[in-house]
Amino acid sequence: MSIPTDLKYTKSHEWVKPEADGNVSVGITDHAQELLGDMVFVELPQVGDTFAQKQECAVAESVKAAADVYSPVSGEVIEVNSALVDNPENINQDAFGSWLFKLKPGNPSEIDELLDADGYQALLDSEEH
Amino acid sequence: MLKKTPLNQTHREMNAKMVDFGGWDMPLHYGSQLDEHHKVRQDAGMFDVSHMLPVDIKGENTRDFLRKLVANNVDKLTIPGKALYTCMLTPQGGVIDDLIIYFLSETWFRIVVNAGTADKDVDWILKQRNIIAPDLEVLPRRDLAMIAVQGPNARAKVWQVLPEAKAATEELKLFQSVTLNHFFIARTGYTGEDGFEIMLPGEESPAFWKALHGVGVAPAGLGARDTLRLEAGMNLYGQDMDETISPMESGLGWTVDLKSDRDFIGKQALLDSEVTQHLVGLVLLDRGVLRSHQKVVAQRDDNEYEGEITSGGFSPTINQSIALARIAVEVAPDEEVNVLVRDKKLRAKVVKYPFVRNGKVLV
Repeated sequence: MSIPTDLKYTKSHEWVKPEADGNVSVGITDHAQELLGDMVFVELPQVGDTFAQKQECAVAESVKAAADVYSPVSGEVIEVNSALVDNPENINQDAFGSWLFKLKPGNPSEIDELLDADGYQALLDSEEH
Repeated sequence: MLKKTPLNQTHREMNAKMVDFGGWDMPLHYGSQLDEHHKVRQDAGMFDVSHMLPVDIKGENTRDFLRKLVANNVDKLTIPGKALYTCMLTPQGGVIDDLIIYFLSETWFRIVVNAGTADKDVDWILKQRNIIAPDLEVLPRRDLAMIAVQGPNARAKVWQVLPEAKAATEELKLFQSVTLNHFFIARTGYTGEDGFEIMLPGEESPAFWKALHGVGVAPAGLGARDTLRLEAGMNLYGQDMDETISPMESGLGWTVDLKSDRDFIGKQALLDSEVTQHLVGLVLLDRGVLRSHQKVVAQRDDNEYEGEITSGGFSPTINQSIALARIAVEVAPDEEVNVLVRDKKLRAKVVKYPFVRNGKVLV
């Protein structure tokens, strides 16, 4: 699968989509879902929770393993994708379309420092070797 | 360098996701572990279990040797082809491995041991052989491949591929086997479904695998194997049992014969020890996934009992998380307990396992 160029990425395999209103949507990448396999449970944060950058904020569990999701930027949770709780397999089918939660960034400059699609591709290439 | 079964290349051709499983390069799944699980429950799937090791023990008085070596009583094996599930114990009563013994003749028994413990097991068997019965031959059979074909339609699909085997295997009961030309066919398995475990020469296994695939048997990986065996309430060595814990506290009491006056390695230790814990099944009532090593707490008015999950996971058939847990014998089915998952206490119900057998949910 190709890596969308309109998203930003972390080294821990989250994707970040800057929205028009200044908030960001956060999910896990297609590579992450492929490593985890069939998803069976998602533990989402609560609206109103605040996280520091790189803080554990959600858990994605597959048949195989539980994986922590880290907040790509600091900020406050303004919305969570409750539909995923009943249909965690949506992440397998469309990882880049399945956002977990939306954040109001505490420090928007953190977004600029994330990896772009090329940088994330380079990370995946280096992990394969 | 990872060890490879004779089917390694075949798995890769079928786009398996391969993983390092105790030093073996094995298929985890071929796309979706969940689909493979359901295929075995509803139709037929096949597993490459050639990483497990058949060990042939041959010679006069093999039975006497096995009377001493394993915890169950091989005198239960009276009909050739009959199989017995049991474990080998340390003198201290810990479980060296669990295994199946096939009785082929008075001068030939076959033991099948786990992959991860195979070297340790063969060393132990040789050591005991040298002490007890030095004339016996102990022959590890790495030349054999082993394919488990499991599911309600598994036997019929095997007969489609091996029509000549139908007459010889149709009447086999559970835990019976038959040798047919190059094939050793046993009505055993590790999924809670009907089916066969088939041993055959390694070099013939890719063609057999592909022929099974051709009649609609789905390749299934170690991922599905684990969720199927957990639903079936079958122990996994290294998780639900090991050398530090008595079989009586690992749900293996039924594989230990303490009734006959036969002596076996570990017997005295079992007789001398008190059984304070047991394995129970758990069904999670809240949302989440139970995993091994999570702590279990049974709250009582005056005190509490603490236990630990030995195997946990998501049950695709029940669509809820289930687990095996070791906890005080006072904690009994239908009781509600808490499991500590990260920073949360989740509610779970204690149940008798198996959870699923022959496609039916039992809890």
